[in-house]
Amino acid sequence: MAILIDRNSKVLVQGITGRQGGFHARLMMAYGTKVVGGVTPGKGGEWFEGAPVFDTMRAAVRTTHADTSLITVPARFAPDAIMEAADAGIKLIICLTEHIPVADMMRAVAFCKSRGSRLIGPNCPGVMTPGQAKVGIIPAMVAEPGNVGVVSKSGTLTYEVGFAMKNAGIGISTIVGIGGDPVIGTTFVDVLEMFENDPETEKVALLGEIGGSAEIVAADYIKNAMTKPVAAFIAGRSAPPGKRMGHAGAIVDGGEGSADEKIQALEAAGARVANNPEAIPSLLA
Amino acid sequence: MKLHEYQSKFLFRDFGIPIPAGQVAKTPAEARAIASQLGAPVVIKAQVHVGGRGKAGGVKLARDADEAHRYAADILGMEIKGLVVQQVLVDPAADIQQEIYLAITNDRSAGMPLIMSSIEGGMDIEELNRSRPEAIIRERIDPILGLNDFQTTHIASAMGMPRAHWRSFGSILRSLYRCYSESDAELAEINPLVITGGGELLAVDGKVIIDDNALYRQPKLAVQRDASGEPESESLAREAGISYIKLDGQIGCMVNGAGLAMTTMDMTKLYGDADNIGPANFLDIGGGASPAQVAAALRIILSDDKVRCVLINIFGGITRCDEVAAGILTACSEVKPNVPMVIRLQGTNASEGNAIISQAQIANIISAQTLTQAAQLAVAAAKERA
Repeated sequence: MAILIDRNSKVLVQGITGRQGGFHARLMMAYGTKVVGGVTPGKGGEWFEGAPVFDTMRAAVRTTHADTSLITVPARFAPDAIMEAADAGIKLIICLTEHIPVADMMRAVAFCKSRGSRLIGPNCPGVMTPGQAKVGIIPAMVAEPGNVGVVSKSGTLTYEVGFAMKNAGIGISTIVGIGGDPVIGTTFVDVLEMFENDPETEKVALLGEIGGSAEIVAADYIKNAMTKPVAAFIAGRSAPPGKRMGHAGAIVDGGEGSADEKIQALEAAGARVANNPEAIPSLLA
Repeated sequence: MKLHEYQSKFLFRDFGIPIPAGQVAKTPAEARAIASQLGAPVVIKAQVHVGGRGKAGGVKLARDADEAHRYAADILGMEIKGLVVQQVLVDPAADIQQEIYLAITNDRSAGMPLIMSSIEGGMDIEELNRSRPEAIIRERIDPILGLNDFQTTHIASAMGMPRAHWRSFGSILRSLYRCYSESDAELAEINPLVITGGGELLAVDGKVIIDDNALYRQPKLAVQRDASGEPESESLAREAGISYIKLDGQIGCMVNGAGLAMTTMDMTKLYGDADNIGPANFLDIGGGASPAQVAAALRIILSDDKVRCVLINIFGGITRCDEVAAGILTACSEVKPNVPMVIRLQGTNASEGNAIISQAQIANIISAQTLTQAAQLAVAAAKERA
């Protein structure tokens, strides 16, 4: 069953007629994901690769009974798309969009909570349960089915580690990209808890980076509540303080959020921390 | 995007927060004229994007207009932590009875705005947070509801604000929240908020940082950017839509994705630190980079004359390695790099990409299979040319 998504997830793509949305919807379908439809305001009634396109999420959910939605629309429209999905009763909303203003995300996250919807992202590569389904842009080639759960703030770093695991013969239960923004819907701890409770996950790889304190909170959780072994990598040891390293959330601010303090906290919690992402497989063996 | 003190305070004034009647001077003569007009004493304050300007001698109290001229001459052109002072704020000296700290920022773990306030203002808030965290009152704001009156009363009461000032404090706090919210600020800070001898509240110093991702809807603030303190290469990169930060090392890095870009930097340091070799920059070319973008990135990396070697690390997901390889060839023919380049292409269409590179037979190009190998080769190449 893995976590969050499987072969039975019914997925809508918000922005399916766009260039990005359409491209990834096709790859998701090719992977075996049940894409039951899409939403683009003003294009309701059209078809996309045999799936119906709707004007609104309410209409799409009413017809398709989708439980999951992928948001691929630009930053100006993404917060509204997130809230529209939550309002339509979608339980799992995955938002890829980068560059959404933090103020908009604070409102969207609060709204999702009030509607009981789980939001993953924004600014994330999505979720993939190898061999079953993928919702997002994680390339199919980076993972085989298995029993290691992967949770990460970053896209390509995740591909790098997934690929190294695959080459070492280690499979993955589910990959969750939680995103590199300061305000996100689902945190490391949320995902660690899901992996801890998932019978198909035996070990976990956590890929963090500088900025914020989510990895420190995760270390607390690992220490106090986790029985499964955790291997970790923290990016940004060589990053200077006060500079934002690409991701909006990746900044060491006022002495807080450095890689060293996160590595120390994770090691103290019993996680095995790699200084090279290609060493992660050896820590999981 | 950081605003200068004067920009921050003028923004506060637009939202109804009382500030001193100061003006900005770019020459000593202008400072003298402003001082005469305001009436002495005045404070001359360097406007630079670094902290600790007071300790560096960038803030001085002038007793008359001549002194204002002299101090402005001292401060203008002064270098503070590598930044040259190009303008000063000339403010009337405030009659300070009490200094208060008041700020609104994003609480990223709670996903809510956070008000921080303290009756012990004036000093460095990080220092106060370490020494006496209980002296800072923290109040989170529901992002859907906004700031309520009961919260302003709670804050005033909990911080020990004298009751006589509750009304004006509440009004300033509501204005600051509007300013924070309507300006898409990630920080709106008044330090100090002063209670004057006359019993008025006055925002004597201010700092505002605007969310870069919201600048598209803040045109009046976006034009206030002062890029004079940033390296030219960073300005060029911003215009090209490339995420780039200049660092001090010798290995120029070109990577797709922010997390992997940081990791690649870390790897050069991991293998090069013993020989004082490390990353020359952070650079994320983004997803699906075009040949033009790869060329622009290479040009920016090579504009740093400390660079002894370029390390290109691409893990193709959406980005296709064959397209990146074509981009590298175009870039090389335009930019003609005179340093070795270690290229590691992995993921989508990697074998096609590597074939394009090897067939082109460009001197100085070294291919690598893994990230570890790429970092080690780049360090070795940089060491050879050190």
